[in-house]
Amino acid sequence: MKARLRSYAGLMLVPALSILLALLVASVLIIASGLVGTEKKVNLLLPLIAYRSLIVGAFGNFKGIANMVVAAAPLMLTGLAVGVGLKAGLFNIGATGQVLSGGLAAALIGMQVADAPVLIAIPVAMLGGMLAGALAGFIPGFLKAFTGAHEVVTTIMLNALIQLIVSGLVNDVFRAPGFSFARTAPVGSAELTGLGNTTLHLGVIFALVCIPLSYWLLWRTTVGFEIRAVGANPTAAFYAGMKPRRMMILTMSLCGAFAGLAGAIEVLRLGYYPAVFGTGIGFDGITVALLGQSNPIGIMLSALLLGAMRAGAPLMQIQARVPVEIIDVIQGIILIFLAAEIVVRKIFRLRTAGVGAGELQTITRTYGEKVVG
Amino acid sequence: MSVAQSPPPRLQMRGITKRFPGVIANDKIDLDVKAGEIHALLGENGAGKTTLMNVLFGLARPDEGEILIDGNPVQIADPADAIARGIGMVHQHFMLIPVLTVAENILLGAETMANPIFLDRSEARRRIIELGKRFGFELDPDAKVETLSVGWQQRVEILKALYRQARILVLDEPTATLTPQETVEVFAVIRRLAAEGHSIIFISHKLYEVLEIADRITVIRRGQVVGSRLPSETNEDDLAALMVGRQVKLAVDRGTSHPAEPVLTVENLKVKSDRGQEVVRGVNFSVRAGEILGIAGVAGNGQDELVEAITGLRRSTEGVVRLAGEDITGWTVRQRREHGLGYVPGDRQKYGLVLGFPISDNLVLTQYYKSPFARGIQKQDAAIEQWAQRTIEEFDIRTPSWAVPAGTLSGGNQQKVIVAREFSRDLKALVLDQPTRGLDVGSIEFIHKQAIGKRDAGTGILLVSAELDEILELSDRIAVMYRGEIVAVVDGRTANKEEIGLLMATGGRAPAKESPTGTSSQPGADPDTIRGGTS
Repeated sequence: MKARLRSYAGLMLVPALSILLALLVASVLIIASGLVGTEKKVNLLLPLIAYRSLIVGAFGNFKGIANMVVAAAPLMLTGLAVGVGLKAGLFNIGATGQVLSGGLAAALIGMQVADAPVLIAIPVAMLGGMLAGALAGFIPGFLKAFTGAHEVVTTIMLNALIQLIVSGLVNDVFRAPGFSFARTAPVGSAELTGLGNTTLHLGVIFALVCIPLSYWLLWRTTVGFEIRAVGANPTAAFYAGMKPRRMMILTMSLCGAFAGLAGAIEVLRLGYYPAVFGTGIGFDGITVALLGQSNPIGIMLSALLLGAMRAGAPLMQIQARVPVEIIDVIQGIILIFLAAEIVVRKIFRLRTAGVGAGELQTITRTYGEKVVG
Repeated sequence: MSVAQSPPPRLQMRGITKRFPGVIANDKIDLDVKAGEIHALLGENGAGKTTLMNVLFGLARPDEGEILIDGNPVQIADPADAIARGIGMVHQHFMLIPVLTVAENILLGAETMANPIFLDRSEARRRIIELGKRFGFELDPDAKVETLSVGWQQRVEILKALYRQARILVLDEPTATLTPQETVEVFAVIRRLAAEGHSIIFISHKLYEVLEIADRITVIRRGQVVGSRLPSETNEDDLAALMVGRQVKLAVDRGTSHPAEPVLTVENLKVKSDRGQEVVRGVNFSVRAGEILGIAGVAGNGQDELVEAITGLRRSTEGVVRLAGEDITGWTVRQRREHGLGYVPGDRQKYGLVLGFPISDNLVLTQYYKSPFARGIQKQDAAIEQWAQRTIEEFDIRTPSWAVPAGTLSGGNQQKVIVAREFSRDLKALVLDQPTRGLDVGSIEFIHKQAIGKRDAGTGILLVSAELDEILELSDRIAVMYRGEIVAVVDGRTANKEEIGLLMATGGRAPAKESPTGTSSQPGADPDTIRGGTS
């Protein structure tokens, strides 16, 4: 038990330090932002004011907490879409495209069940979103397994392709009449409306359920054992009688399903598919997964952190007059420090990670490797 | 200062101590090598030989101790420093670029320039030929390294060091990949180098070789020098006991075998390599229950592909594989395993283990989906742990716990994990591919005993090894593989080492003068393609 706790502490060390470093670096930028603001003066305390209002904005009242959870829910799912892939040795950059497919499918199915009872409409639309996302994940998985085409390349290309197809469909085929901008018809009873006077909605529960579910899948089942074995050593997995190709396809489809669900939640929350549905949740999934070390619990915590920043940002802008975009900057810097783990370890004089360390290996290693099985 | 009676040794390492977190890799090691001396460094894996040589070559900084060359203390900060002081290192795995010529490889990092921009190729070529002549091996400087056999590639490595004017040469396991004949030739080169006044540090774990070539033998165990011997005053048993720290049985008692019906049969099997060349060309043999069939051959003669086709990792293009009478040619890896085929892979880290997984998970890597390790798709961790604990004890795997990652174990213990996994179930046939490669004497002894035990329990064992001694020691019958064919099958108990070595090197035919084809499918595997010529 003690050893287990220590290993969790070890896992969290670099992410925690990366966040700390990112906040420090961002402080400089926040101070600098004072120079271009209306007051044009250097205020060394500005970062503290900004971070304080960020925290108050997210945790100050129940509304803030609700906003945080609502922002975190889709990030948990895209985090899983990237993180579970990393466990299988796959770097899924395609969450963006998978989110779009899932979102559109949920909107279209939602339109069809707009008059059905809520308890049928919502699950059906979400399931449709998951399946569409799974299909978008299946394609690169299949290509990798049977042609060796690297998933980083194929998912990036699919992102662009899906984006264009989806926007074509929304602007033309499925455009709802009577609106001044391109959008689909309302999803009616499939819409995820806020509970009470908060933004909290049913979709959050779906996201929260996926966390223990994927933890169970990865660590407590034979399927998860195969996913992790294929990710850690595909040749050994093949030797042991597993089917690495099949696992790649399965895992990519599963990742796509998570991202598709995220897209469905976001679209159903809105109630329709808008002309521009280019949220960054797909790419944010990469940050979430790396920050969470591909561990479902870690992914949940990371998503909550990013969600808190999103939820607190408006208050920060009002109170500290720091632009909300600083959140994206902080997120970007966190990602840089995570990617440059060695730098973080050097700064804090930590020992370098031992055997089998990590997800970043997947990202740097798999390129050009022969697919076995 | 008085004039010393004899000159100081060429190299002295005094009180070298190197600590790594948790271990002392070198503990006050003293080593001196005279000019013209062949000094063998003997020790098990992990004893500290490599660390000591890394210190000498500037790849590791010692925590204590000093290095003297010709009596003068020197600081060696990096390999460039070491080379400048006349130290040359020939690694076990060659550091050559296959597509470049001999001359280009030798020049890399020690370019002889005609002017600041261009290489002086003709001068370089002249010096390479001259050096080769001086030491009794002439190499064609324009031959591409990939066309050379392993033995000749090694000479390129030696030449590389000599070109940099090395006077102290470290040879790390120089015979590991050579045939007996090539070993004899390389030994001749080494003796010639010593005769010319070079100091040789010869690292090996093959006791009889060390006894044959060394002028002096220093044995290291657990980071300390445990003894120094002259070959005339010691023998293999004495050296082995020094290395391991206890009496070891070098040759297992293989007893008598009682072969029964064939369990693993290969008929006219043809297999292609990754590059699409047919490297197994119509192989036939059959392993009977209760016997060990050894496949001898120089690495790269199709053994890897043969094993992969038998175990299901690679498709064969023609022919049939039978397991206990059933045609398993088209079966998956798992089907073969379920039907009683075990396999200890040649590359244990690539195929045998998931290094980041705990030992327990590695022990069930092939059976995790079966009861009692799984119920439905639910992994049963308690059952896995229990089984792991029992197996670790039974197979004497040295580890603090079943939960540590397999990658933290020593090579010998990693192999024991694989052996435990494969041997601990009922098998009809078992394929052992290089089962003891890179292991220490103690682990080899253990694995050989296990193999004999499995044989006596009625399993048919196919043993593939580049170590001819291992084949000779264990096999009831020996098949020699050469260029994708079985060229001879001989009785394992009466087999003659030289005869098999010759079959391995030539396939039983007179060596051809010229390479038959321009491109060889197995670079380095066929001595016929040597362009240098021995003259």
